[in-house]
Amino acid sequence: MLNPKLKLNPKIFNEDVEQAHIRKGFGEGLLQAGEADKNVVGLCADLTESTGMNLFADKFPDRFVQVGVAEQNLATVASGLAAMGKIPFCSSYAMFSPGRNWEQIRTTITYNDRKVVIVGSHSGISVGADGGTHQALEDIALMRVMPNIDVVSPCDAIEAKKSTLALAKTKKPAYLRLVREKTPIITTEETPFEIGKAEIYWLPDAGLAQVGIIVTGGLMARALWAAKELEAEGTHPGQPGGIKTKVMNLASIKPIDADAVLALAKECKAIVTVEEHQIAGGMGSAVAELLAQNFPVPIEFVGVRDLFGQSGTPDELIEHYGMGKDSIKEAVRKVLKRKV
Amino acid sequence: MAFLSEEKIKELAKKANEIRQSIIEMLVEAKSGHTAGPLGMADIFTLFYFHILRHDSKNPSWEERDRLVLSNGHIAPVLYAAMAHAGYFPVEELKTLRKFGTRLQGHPHREYLPYVENSSGPLGSGLSQAAGMALADRMNGKDKDRFIYCFLSDGELDEGNSWEAAMLAGKHKLRNLIAVVDRNNIQIEGMTEEIMPLEPLQSKWRAFNWHVIEVSGHDFLSLNEVVQEAQAIYEKPTVIIAHTIPGKGVSFMERNYKWHGKPPSKEEGAMALKELKDLRF
Repeated sequence: MLNPKLKLNPKIFNEDVEQAHIRKGFGEGLLQAGEADKNVVGLCADLTESTGMNLFADKFPDRFVQVGVAEQNLATVASGLAAMGKIPFCSSYAMFSPGRNWEQIRTTITYNDRKVVIVGSHSGISVGADGGTHQALEDIALMRVMPNIDVVSPCDAIEAKKSTLALAKTKKPAYLRLVREKTPIITTEETPFEIGKAEIYWLPDAGLAQVGIIVTGGLMARALWAAKELEAEGTHPGQPGGIKTKVMNLASIKPIDADAVLALAKECKAIVTVEEHQIAGGMGSAVAELLAQNFPVPIEFVGVRDLFGQSGTPDELIEHYGMGKDSIKEAVRKVLKRKV
Repeated sequence: MAFLSEEKIKELAKKANEIRQSIIEMLVEAKSGHTAGPLGMADIFTLFYFHILRHDSKNPSWEERDRLVLSNGHIAPVLYAAMAHAGYFPVEELKTLRKFGTRLQGHPHREYLPYVENSSGPLGSGLSQAAGMALADRMNGKDKDRFIYCFLSDGELDEGNSWEAAMLAGKHKLRNLIAVVDRNNIQIEGMTEEIMPLEPLQSKWRAFNWHVIEVSGHDFLSLNEVVQEAQAIYEKPTVIIAHTIPGKGVSFMERNYKWHGKPPSKEEGAMALKELKDLRF
């Protein structure tokens, strides 16, 4: 069942569940952060509207910097603004920022310890028709591998808004990862969100979970659908109760909520990670690094298997690259068999 | 920033010579690092730290200070030497350059030495950071109160990021931003005009809507005058293309690109120091 403590959207299992752009949540959050603190500034590389920064730019034209199609400049100008006490959010597509300007982010933002929030929109395979050049599947790895940066990947528009507001107040540089497509609304305004804290969104009605599913970003709805079906189906015909799982939202990939992840591994002794990213270096790798050192359990990774994307609809691509609901269910069954 | 008297010029020349000696001493001790660039920029750093910059070495985080962004971090020895001689930290500490545990990292890092405005090394990003600082002052209505200076090398003008910054500064008419290009004509593998020609360099900057001034990087009087001119230009950022002699002050290093990226040996250092110490002012 959905965790009753978290005030999640009960309509998440309805076919007509409301959907919204995650970037819309970012746009609203940035506007609100800008209203609360005059030091918040926005920078964009010619993608103001499609990254959701237009709300802020329209309201605060004097605090918005249009750098043109120049992502290296985007990061480095932001670093300079931060040096003078501003709180810059700079947005582009994830493939270009942090894709193109990684070294500038490392040297002038994280190494320099300048508080800048890099907002990478259009991440993941669900970018769709634009094809492989525009589908950032490596950005979590690129960002989480460097010191002095938080990495946050919200699961819906409401959480994106909360992430943005939270990141406007932290001291550390941060990467905020957004997906392009509309995604189902999973959380509500009342759902708790904290950087560095993971929450269990789905849990068994009674008893212990057999498998822990850890999700980051826009695939959360699919993971919840999978969890519900697994509980209803069961592994063998006639087995009552099906597979009991817990689904964790790991929006904050770095800092990782080690206590929560370890507690889940200790309860379930089998983990599936789900993300719209290369398996190499992503959120699943972060979980594996943690568990391998502290409490090794079998892990199955749902993500892209060392491939580039291609054109298609988001749904087609998510299915084709093995990140759909059925792939998640299959991974759960597989990891359950590996359990000792 | 006042007129330079003959007496002051003599004082600056003496100080620059001391800074050059420190550069040689620290590089000999470190056994690695760049030599030609720091020696070539010694006069400019001296003029800025001892005449132009509004700063306070005893209160380095003074909010109202001018900002000096060093883009090409590999000339760190001249930055460190100028700062030490200006009183930021003991001159003795220069001997720790590049050693384990030092505040004087191979390339400047503000985590270790908070008195530097930015950590740098990878080329082409300093001008953008300086432009960001100038923009912040503009947003705060402070762009008439102080200047943001950026020192960069000619070699790093190969980097696209440098020109992205130039374009943005021109767009925003950042009058409070003054760039100084160390035009020493060398980079690691040879002459800039052979590796990747920069000329016509003046026209390039002009095309990006900058006010452009060319000057000798070793003439305190002219340098001081052009900085005053840059400060007076109201509608544009200014770039000062300062012609410097790489290795300046040490005859066997001058104009030789082989000294770009290596330190003097103990013997070469002794010869260099003798030349510098023999100079009379």
